Amino acid sequence: MTEYFDILANPSFWVAVLRIATPLILGTLGVLLCERAGVLNLGIEGIMVAGAFTGWLAVYSGAPLWGGVAVAALTGALLGGLHALLTVTLALSQHVSGLGITLLATALSYYGYRVSFPKVNTPPTVQPFQEMGWLGIPVLAQQTPLTLLALLLVPLIGYVLYRTPVGLAVRMVGENPQAAEGQGVSVAAVRSGAIVAGSALMGVAGAFLTLSAFNAFFFNMVNGRGWICVALVVFASWRPGKALLGALLFAFFDALQLRLQQSGDALLPYQMYLMLPYVLSIVALVLVARRASYPQALMKPYRKGER
Amino acid sequence: MRLEKRSQSSGLALLLAPVGAVLFTLLVSALLVWWAGAGVAQTYGLLLRGGFGSVFALSETFTRAIPLMLTGLAAAVAFRARLFNIGAEGQLYVGALAAVAVGGLHGGTGFDLPAPLLFGLMLLAAALAGALLLLGPALLKARLGVDEVVTTLLLNFIVLLLVSLMLDGPMKDPTAMGWPQSVALMGELELSKLVAQTRVHSGLLIAAALAVAVWVLMKYTVLGFDIRAVGANARAAAFAGVPVTRTVVLVAMLSGALAGLAGAIEVAGRTSYLTLDMSPGYGYSGIVIAMLAGLHPLGVVAASVFVAGVLVGADSMSRAIGVPTYIADVIVAASLISVLVATLLTQYRVRWK
Repeated sequence: MTEYFDILANPSFWVAVLRIATPLILGTLGVLLCERAGVLNLGIEGIMVAGAFTGWLAVYSGAPLWGGVAVAALTGALLGGLHALLTVTLALSQHVSGLGITLLATALSYYGYRVSFPKVNTPPTVQPFQEMGWLGIPVLAQQTPLTLLALLLVPLIGYVLYRTPVGLAVRMVGENPQAAEGQGVSVAAVRSGAIVAGSALMGVAGAFLTLSAFNAFFFNMVNGRGWICVALVVFASWRPGKALLGALLFAFFDALQLRLQQSGDALLPYQMYLMLPYVLSIVALVLVARRASYPQALMKPYRKGER
Repeated sequence: MRLEKRSQSSGLALLLAPVGAVLFTLLVSALLVWWAGAGVAQTYGLLLRGGFGSVFALSETFTRAIPLMLTGLAAAVAFRARLFNIGAEGQLYVGALAAVAVGGLHGGTGFDLPAPLLFGLMLLAAALAGALLLLGPALLKARLGVDEVVTTLLLNFIVLLLVSLMLDGPMKDPTAMGWPQSVALMGELELSKLVAQTRVHSGLLIAAALAVAVWVLMKYTVLGFDIRAVGANARAAAFAGVPVTRTVVLVAMLSGALAGLAGAIEVAGRTSYLTLDMSPGYGYSGIVIAMLAGLHPLGVVAASVFVAGVLVGADSMSRAIGVPTYIADVIVAASLISVLVATLLTQYRVRWK
């Protein structure tokens, strides 16, 4: 028991929690925007890979760090545009389109990496974002500006969703597209916009991995984080504040299993600790299932004039 | 722009759609080959020859097509009932795990069963393991409304860690020089080769037979009708007296069993032991194959040979001229998206206004 206490009392543990949570916060907000507008986006896993790759490649080619983040956001927005074209304009299956985009974006990124760096054994590196020592707030001062951005986006997206006409339109097309169309809201435009914006956030989530958490691009570096975000949105009942909470909770257990693994005298095989976050996600989904308030039109394609 | 349902299918659209899909895929991949600085015609030539151009190439393609056929069928039956099973990868691995566990029950373990019986039990255990793994998400969906997409996806990661745990511990082959792999199956439990000097094995016949069986089940049985009814409109099906929950559970068992068998047949036919890199994402590719086939069981056979040929051909092409093998995944992804769009355009017309 003292072992757990030692881990929790160490500030570096909480620094790790916030660092692990950052891409999850960004990705979960991205999924949340898409799903609030009624569209599932399983492209997130691939969009994160593509954002991680293009953002890193831009910085490697001489762009400033924020330029790399912008490139990652643009990559995400472009892939989101493709998802919008397939699922909104053409009203194709959201599951299949999303999986197709994950496959396409991942394959294109890996292909691009191999074409750009045919014969490298150690991945080339960039100078990543620095800690914000000037901030003077413990734990937060040891994070990079992207973490601050993620934390600020939570209230911002909450404000936009619940307090502005744009947010109202997004929620309307996700709940009742027929009624929204009746109010003069263009369902196609609002849904497409939400997907593009959400996917841009997913791209930034990927860029955090290559420009902040690490300094290079590795194969399999996203490693299911995108899927975790899809689960976290359900856990958060599609609310930005709860999404932050869910991401932090998940990161807490992930950081804990890392520390327990490192402490050496682990009671269980290390795979058990690695399983913990995934098992917890499923348990969380089951627990909230009864009171989950799905956006009513989620996964329902909308074709004007059809019922 | 908006879409308008065609009152009757247009012959021209039916003809142009597949041609357009193929051209789009070829164009996307040609641009990438050009970027890599290789000759486009040469690359396509090498890819085709590497996948389909010789007895050896075909044998490798068919070997690769076997697990893809089974995971493709698993996705096709589940998606037909709108049960979005994204967990075939995990079901494949638990199937393989169950197969090597049961297959190892001979000589000194107290279970001296004759080899044919043990082989049957091995396949049964694999099918059961896959089925049970999908049963959980299916019941959670039917009873509590938990989205099966997320649960089946997360289970893939859990299963892979479970396999890693077993191969590091209780099921590790002590003679494998420290590699995490299971004890090899005894020779009598391995599937025979179809063509001498190649790797293609009789699992191909099992997979093809299962494709025909699934087609018959879907087309000519009451369960098949129920599956299609639930997939078309679950509320209408329930109103018409179709037992929806029971159908979803049966579909889940069938889909999981097919994916579990893919794992067992891969072990018995190709590797003879289980490793952590046995499947390079066969479970996920199965979904693409099912969609390319329009969820038709017999189409799955053709689509899996196509995808396997592209993968095998890209490996061989990449060894020759150095265009990265990831071109294969781009081709598969681009063909998935273009086939989906092409199919849509045969049913709808685009109105620009």
